[in-house]
Amino acid sequence: MAVGAEVAFWILAVVSVGAALAVVLLKDVFRAALFLVLCFFTVAGIYVTLNADFLAAVQVLVYVGAVGILLIFAIMFTRETQHGSLFNRLKMPALLFAAVLLGAMIYTMTATDWTATVGALSNTSLEALGEGGSGLTGSLGEVLFSEDGFLLPLEIAAVMLLAAVLGGIVIMREK
Amino acid sequence: MSVGLEHYLVLASILFCIGIYGALTKRNAVVILMCIEIMLNAVNIALVAFSRFFAPDVVLLSGQVFVMFVLVVAAAEAAVGLAIIMAIYRSRRSVDPGDIDLMKG
Repeated sequence: MAVGAEVAFWILAVVSVGAALAVVLLKDVFRAALFLVLCFFTVAGIYVTLNADFLAAVQVLVYVGAVGILLIFAIMFTRETQHGSLFNRLKMPALLFAAVLLGAMIYTMTATDWTATVGALSNTSLEALGEGGSGLTGSLGEVLFSEDGFLLPLEIAAVMLLAAVLGGIVIMREK
Repeated sequence: MSVGLEHYLVLASILFCIGIYGALTKRNAVVILMCIEIMLNAVNIALVAFSRFFAPDVVLLSGQVFVMFVLVVAAAEAAVGLAIIMAIYRSRRSVDPGDIDLMKG
């Protein structure tokens, strides 16, 4: 990786972890939501350092644009009763559990040898291509919309989105 | 040392554990949903990192395709989850999961 990308990674990593911690620890729910939006933005930046330019754009559109606004709407609608975002009595056991899980995950991630031979991958239907050039968006679209790619899951995802929209309307409708 | 796959995976682990800690301990259903979104983002980072670094010199696009589907599911989950929270708030005037014990025997 280039030096600029490495510096960008470290800045984005620190900011995203700090923003996620702020989401969990802040008592004001509205500020927590704003820090969540910041966390989404930094994750989009991390996608950019990983050559996933299209995903970074989608991340900003869907998470920052749609999910963030939806969450802020929900917070404003439910503002009357809530007294901030408090902890329940599971605070210490959950901290212990999260710490143990984090240790196990970091150990597994760093101790495993992730290098793979390309021969093991060539018999899958994965599309492999060189980085750089015209970017990945075009080939990502080809993989998504080709018959032997992910066309059927894409259609199922569309039906699922429709079902989610209808379900949201039905649940929210006044009796 | 240069930034590689392990760095991204450790970052994803940290974000995932922050999210799981919040989801287990918070007393506000909206904040729990926000923590679940953090966990989904952490998994997405791991998927994109694998798609970039798993095989040398190539980008495996199926990892990015998986991220697209996770995004779709996350958007649907946020919409339905917030609708459920609002419906419960309308009838019970509370967003504390501890108060929502309708199915308790």
